[in-house]
Amino acid sequence: MLSQLRVLGIAIAALVVGWLLMLALVWIAAGTKDLSPVVASGTQQYLNALTIGAIYALIALGYTMVYGIIELINFAHGDVFMVGAFLSLFVMTSLGFSGAISNPFLLVGVLVLVFVVVMVVMGLLGVGIERFAYRRLRNAPRLAPLITAIGVSFILQNFIQVFTNSQVPSPQLISLSNRFDFLGASIAYLNVLIFVIAIVLMVGLQIFVTGTRLGRAMRSTAQDREAAQLMGVDINLTIAVTFFIGSALAGAAGIVYGLYFGNIQFNIGFFAGLKAFTAAVLGGIGNTVGAALGGFLIGFIEVGAVVVGLSRWSEALVFTVLILVLVFRPSGLLGQPLGERA
Amino acid sequence: MTEPQAVTSKEEPPERAPSDTMDRIVSWFSRHRSISVIVAMALFSVLLPLLVLLPPLSGFNRQGVWIDNFNGAGIFVLLALGLNVVVGFSGLLDLGYAAFFAIGAYFYALVASSFTGVHLPFWPMLILGAFVAALFGVALGAPTLRLRGDYLAIVTLGFGEIVPVFFTNSDALTNGTNGIAGIDRPSLPGITFGAANPLPFYVTIVVILTIVLIFLYRLEDSRLGRAWMAIREDELAAASSGVNTVTTKLLAFALGASTAGLAGVFSASRLVFVSPDQFLFTVSFTVLAMVVLGGMGNIWGVAAGAFIIFLIQSVFLRQLTNFLQPLGIPFISDIDFLKYQFLIYGIALVSMMLLRPEGLFPSGRRKRELHTEGEMEELTAPGEAAEPLA
Repeated sequence: MLSQLRVLGIAIAALVVGWLLMLALVWIAAGTKDLSPVVASGTQQYLNALTIGAIYALIALGYTMVYGIIELINFAHGDVFMVGAFLSLFVMTSLGFSGAISNPFLLVGVLVLVFVVVMVVMGLLGVGIERFAYRRLRNAPRLAPLITAIGVSFILQNFIQVFTNSQVPSPQLISLSNRFDFLGASIAYLNVLIFVIAIVLMVGLQIFVTGTRLGRAMRSTAQDREAAQLMGVDINLTIAVTFFIGSALAGAAGIVYGLYFGNIQFNIGFFAGLKAFTAAVLGGIGNTVGAALGGFLIGFIEVGAVVVGLSRWSEALVFTVLILVLVFRPSGLLGQPLGERA
Repeated sequence: MTEPQAVTSKEEPPERAPSDTMDRIVSWFSRHRSISVIVAMALFSVLLPLLVLLPPLSGFNRQGVWIDNFNGAGIFVLLALGLNVVVGFSGLLDLGYAAFFAIGAYFYALVASSFTGVHLPFWPMLILGAFVAALFGVALGAPTLRLRGDYLAIVTLGFGEIVPVFFTNSDALTNGTNGIAGIDRPSLPGITFGAANPLPFYVTIVVILTIVLIFLYRLEDSRLGRAWMAIREDELAAASSGVNTVTTKLLAFALGASTAGLAGVFSASRLVFVSPDQFLFTVSFTVLAMVVLGGMGNIWGVAAGAFIIFLIQSVFLRQLTNFLQPLGIPFISDIDFLKYQFLIYGIALVSMMLLRPEGLFPSGRRKRELHTEGEMEELTAPGEAAEPLA
């Protein structure tokens, strides 16, 4: 209990520090002495960073869990996210919703339904991918499953591309113009909602991993597969569950992405996946808390780049961060080479 | 000492006399690898332009267009051969290989075009371009090759993304999205290299390929080549046997990059135009698919794989679409096969890894290495609740 309180304290402190940093960035970029517009726009940008970061964090969790348990960079994971975004579009439009919903009860009902359907289907997709493309290669040379992962990524992307090559609008069930004022900034409810959803999912994952029997099986498999098997852990089931959870979280990220940006395309998974992987490495691959932290950091870096006028370079900046982390601290911010991984 | 013996014992010939001559020829060629490569390349490159004059192929394109396609294929064969050193010989996954291709092409565009006003000659720049690309390979590899192999994949993927972004955004240096036009063609006294005359380019790429092939065959059996394969099969064991793994991997990386640099310079002078969108990650992934499908580690397998895949994608899929569309068969005629290119690659990559990981044209050593499933099955099977969670 005490340690959980401490984690909460650290998280809140990190949030405040991030906010102050963003204010500082905006202040430097604006170069004015007047502070109130700086606070307003800085807070707004910070919320954007948290929203984008939440999306990356949700995707990064899947990378980090899969890497933690079978040491595979699941290149198809970014595309599972993309398929999730398209499935959410499909579910929403087939329910007959193409724009904002004003009735709050209906809205909550639709959102819950979309989340359940998309997360379950994406989870099953992840399990299927593991079953058909990775399981047989679990003991093959490392190159083999990496190449099938790339193959699966091609298949998913091209599959969606066959249906639609260009950007398609995704229904924004919650209008971005629903806003409230906070410290002079006008903040969309959607931003806050996305952040809250992401946090709820992450806390849920943490409780699952640390508190349940299956979670314990996952951690033990990550530490030493053979030993876990000798202790009676069903390795295949455990790995399947890991893929299910990781892919379901990517699906959730896909829904949120569609709601927030309002446009999706077959190739969004490539870049988002790459950045989320960077986030996972930055936080320390194999570490779920690290992945969440890394996701928010990447969101912060990206929005920060926009604030200081380097928006064209934001992608290059993220990869530079990745290379620097790998060179100077390959175990990531929170990674312990032999410590607890899940 | 007993090398020729090994060759004879393979095929038990019924008759004595002809087999002796055959043996002698076979063993002579296997002892003179470089000459075999030259003979094979010469035969192949002379037959190829003649082959397309024959009915089924001549219906697709004119000979000139075919030769131009072969030039394009040659570039991809060169790329695949270079990537094979990295992926096939050394077992390092490089997902940003197009970056080195881009560096070679942009290097030549900057030193020989009307955009910069500098006009340095093609032939020395071909070598220098390879060298520049190798430098970038070393610069990227030096910090990252110390890491585990799969991190390398991600770093190279990131690098492959940064390079086109850099060329897109540095307007002053590279003319941004519009790219650099007006690049010099190669020049030789008495020969005109031109869009209307693809034959000199054809001869050039054949010569480049022949030299690279000889080089690679000799390298494969050298001390360095054996060190690469030792690292690929077991890095720890290789290191314990006194192989300097970082330097060896760095050399593989540099050599792969320099081959891509060659391809880049040649490609820039052939198209007389470079732009960032020629070097997107799709190029890296296409080349990777070529290497995997051709058979990682097998030089001629990779070359054949690249050649066939390039022709399938750039000639036959287009022809298939053009052929089926006017027939008006419902459903099938509406398919644009080019759209499915990556779907096909994806399915091919997955099924290849699952069913025949050594590729279409395997190298013997690679095959033995990849077929370890039998003994491993026992490790994974016992739990056996094989039903996926549902």
